[in-house]
Amino acid sequence: MSKYVIVGASAAGIGAVEAIREVDPIGTITVISEEPCPQYSRPMISDLVSGKANFDKMMCREDKFWEKNDVQTLTGRTAVRLNLADKYVALDKGDHVDFEKLLIATGGKPFVPKIEGAEKEGVFTFTTLSDAERIVAKIEAAKSVVVIGGGLIGVSVTEALVKRGLKVTMVELKDTILSLILDPTASEMVENVIRKAGVTIATGQTVQRIVGKPEADNVVGGAVLTGGEQVPCDLVIIAIGVIPRMELVSGTDVKTNRGIIVDKFMRTNVSDVYASGDVAEAYDFVLGENRLLPLWPLAQQEGKVAGSNMAGKKADYPGGTAMSALKYFGIPIISIGIANPKDDSAYEILVKHDPERNLYKKIVLKDNVIVGITLVNDIEQAGVMFHLIKNGANVKKFKQELLSEDFCLATVPRSLRRKVYPGEYK
Amino acid sequence: MKRIITKEEYCMGCGLCEVYCTVQHSKSKDIIKAYNRENPRPTSRVKLEVHKPVSFAIQCRHCEDAPCVTACLSGAMQKDEETGLVTHDADKCIGCWTCIMVCPYGAIKRDASGKVVSKCDLCSELEVPACVANCPNGALVYKEVKH
Repeated sequence: MSKYVIVGASAAGIGAVEAIREVDPIGTITVISEEPCPQYSRPMISDLVSGKANFDKMMCREDKFWEKNDVQTLTGRTAVRLNLADKYVALDKGDHVDFEKLLIATGGKPFVPKIEGAEKEGVFTFTTLSDAERIVAKIEAAKSVVVIGGGLIGVSVTEALVKRGLKVTMVELKDTILSLILDPTASEMVENVIRKAGVTIATGQTVQRIVGKPEADNVVGGAVLTGGEQVPCDLVIIAIGVIPRMELVSGTDVKTNRGIIVDKFMRTNVSDVYASGDVAEAYDFVLGENRLLPLWPLAQQEGKVAGSNMAGKKADYPGGTAMSALKYFGIPIISIGIANPKDDSAYEILVKHDPERNLYKKIVLKDNVIVGITLVNDIEQAGVMFHLIKNGANVKKFKQELLSEDFCLATVPRSLRRKVYPGEYK
Repeated sequence: MKRIITKEEYCMGCGLCEVYCTVQHSKSKDIIKAYNRENPRPTSRVKLEVHKPVSFAIQCRHCEDAPCVTACLSGAMQKDEETGLVTHDADKCIGCWTCIMVCPYGAIKRDASGKVVSKCDLCSELEVPACVANCPNGALVYKEVKH
């Protein structure tokens, strides 16, 4: 019997353990993780591939984090089934763990489309440490790679492979890369730097078929694009995105939509069962609805809220929104909220583009409230704007100044500053 | 814990806070050498915010529930439970800029190398932080603040 059982040891699981221990120093905690290793930062797997980080650097908490928090870890183990009536989690070896409070933090699994030849040796996904390790093991012998997906994961692995001297072709189904977070202008700025680094970008296409090498058909030798072109390659990396891992709750009373449905306390509809992170649909304060937002910082925060509530200290999840900071290929970018509206006419859009200095700033407003921003290169005041978004602040009085390079906290009128920013600078 | 309080009404916008922060975080700790010989020049961790006639200096607030700590991808940003400081470990920092995205005060910068971030450490080795000690008009005050 464990007072708290957490399935998943990544961002949400770590956050939950920290929050539980703040409230309850002694209640037993069991963390179940399929991965055979201690905690680490999944967003850093690209740094492992590039050679910039080793596993020690990837650990996002102190050494012996679990031991220091008195957590029983079941690593390399799979939770196979939930029994919510008798309150236990059945494990892969026929054993089980009873719980008083359960957190489902199983995260996401890579979305893998059906592609002919995907079973060949040299095809990888890119989500976990072991994915990264398998790729690293093949890198020495490889010369060229096809990356399927021009989103955040695709761009991050592409940069890592370029740093290792590989020739990369990035294939993106949409007309522009990073289309979920960037408008065509910002996207083009990124495409330019990526191309400059020697990467071929094929947009509006995907991989139709993976073919073998002439000497060994079961080993990747090339990728045939939907446009008909055949790109020779030694590796194919599928980096399209993640979908919630909901196997554990399927067939149970836990309500799901695209992810597990939770309230602002991160509770599911079943009492004593919580969910957080990429598997859960949490609140988006810009859209005003719950949805999937598979982002590390949000997962960690959701985990903290769940942990606190599990341990008996009420905490509300304030919500998150689409928010990405990009460092890839030396072009810093921050995109928050509705940065690329589908229908521009429904919003007021302020834009400043200085191609010579590679600066781009875009503010999306609705009724004088900022609902989205994109900042390219000049990113340091993003947090001030993020805070205005989060608080739904009316920016009418200073909205033209949002585009100024001098925009800063001092631009925000004092009355609003006092209201919105936790008066510590007073 | 002791924190830096900004007295906006006393700030003249002279920028000496930035100068002395730069010097304090330089190798030489010498104003001439730090400005003329250290390349890249160390980044000031305090920022003089100017929107005339308003000006004030702002640096990391060492928030109780710090958004940068929760958002940090690598664990470089930590809350020291004993001192209350929000600490930044440049060796662990991967320069992902996520902390910059969530800092309500815009108090985290990319450092001179452009590879990691840099922010106020409250000059832990000094009795009084350099920006406070060198503010000519008492616009920065270092004192115990209750939460």
